[in-house]
Amino acid sequence: MAEIKAGLKYTKEHEWIKVEGEKGYVGISDYAQNAMGDIVFVELPEVGQDVSAGGDLCVVESVKGANDVYSPASGKIAEVNEDLEDSPEKINEDPYGSWIALVELSDLSELDGLMNEEAYRSYCEGLE
Amino acid sequence: MKTPMFQDHVALGGTMVDFGGWDLPVHYAPGIKDEHRNVRIKAGLFDVSHMGEFWITGPDAFPFVQSLVSNDISVMCDGQVQYNMMCYPEGGVVDDLLVYKASNDRFLLVVNASNVDKDFEWVKSHLSGDVKAENASSATAEVALQGPLAQEILQSIVDVDLSEIGFFFFRENVTVAGVNALVSRTGYTGEDGFEVYVDWEEGSKVWNAIMEAGKSFGILPIGLGARDSLRFEACLPLYGHEIDRDITPLEAGLGFFVKLDSSDFIGSEALRKMKSEGLPRKTVALKMVDKGVPRHGYPVSVDGREVGHVTTGGYSPTLEENIALALVEAGSAEVGGKINVVIRGKDKAAEIVKKPFYRKNYKK
Repeated sequence: MAEIKAGLKYTKEHEWIKVEGEKGYVGISDYAQNAMGDIVFVELPEVGQDVSAGGDLCVVESVKGANDVYSPASGKIAEVNEDLEDSPEKINEDPYGSWIALVELSDLSELDGLMNEEAYRSYCEGLE
Repeated sequence: MKTPMFQDHVALGGTMVDFGGWDLPVHYAPGIKDEHRNVRIKAGLFDVSHMGEFWITGPDAFPFVQSLVSNDISVMCDGQVQYNMMCYPEGGVVDDLLVYKASNDRFLLVVNASNVDKDFEWVKSHLSGDVKAENASSATAEVALQGPLAQEILQSIVDVDLSEIGFFFFRENVTVAGVNALVSRTGYTGEDGFEVYVDWEEGSKVWNAIMEAGKSFGILPIGLGARDSLRFEACLPLYGHEIDRDITPLEAGLGFFVKLDSSDFIGSEALRKMKSEGLPRKTVALKMVDKGVPRHGYPVSVDGREVGHVTTGGYSPTLEENIALALVEAGSAEVGGKINVVIRGKDKAAEIVKKPFYRKNYKK
């Protein structure tokens, strides 16, 4: 069973967001990294770029293929995790410690539509 | 469809996927990268029971097989294996295959799983002379043991001296873990190794016996993911990518296996014409200079002009680089040349390098 971390919000596409004030760190869940397999490249978004809830955030490439990652919420990219450029495998090793982008959130009410830890756990169980 | 080793894959924790109608493991718990490296440094076992096997027998088997395949089979000894292509009259590829010559009147053709039905129809529709073709695919299980420790592992459970089977030779009626088998020193990884053919019902027994014999040598079961990355590093072609109906073996860089001077076969006339007129396209090997992973189908460009496409691309676990094979206009195919792969709409720089990416020094 994939590890699911408390205190985060999750999407059906297996992204997580850790909200701090009006910003949110975004990454992919343990379930997602496990399904993708060995990650070999992260095409990071650009700082300043606008993203929309459910829209493209970036692409994570694994040995198996390219995987689209979607933004859990709308906003502007404030920062990206440049460590992933040289060490993309960190997502495999520590999916919740390896955020991809920090998003300045434009509509906090969108977060209500995301799953909490329990809801995401039962969602993942339903997929197995 | 399930191979006889289906339950073994599940028990070993294989992640099962649908592969052209077959339930096969894409990888096991270690993951594609570790499986790949294990084959390069130790050994790995592959279930390739989905491959197709045709027996061609009869007094006219030799001329019939020669009429179908691109290589010169007259140079083969009994007990030898040869890599070949079956071509359409226009020069494109019906399939690539291994030809096993037992004798002048008995051959085994081993074809790709996805092409079994098409290939057998092709063989049947061209039958000539006193020849019988039998499709033994559903009666034949196959495992491939690949890697530098393959011989040591297999030796402990066979009744022959494996060092007597040379590279691209085979022997019939070998007893493997008590099971009658055909054993060849062949494979699809760029490593030394063996392919073992047994009756369908015996597949699981042989699979488990090899896994057990390999335990102390660090053997791993290997899924489809690493099978693809291994063959790709060694620049071994994959049907539907490097070769297909619209890509000739000459364009794919497989001219060595096409003997236009000594052999007549279906497609040879078209290929001779193509060779004399000059190839319009060539398959090249690329290493990415910019970051990014090239994938099958991505366009390849020079100075903003599309000159071809990636046939296979991905991350190389041995080289730890992103690499690709690409079919490009002949004028853009020079080793050392700069070329771009268009990844999600952006030009990413790459360099044309020599093939193959990985070459093993085989024991002879």
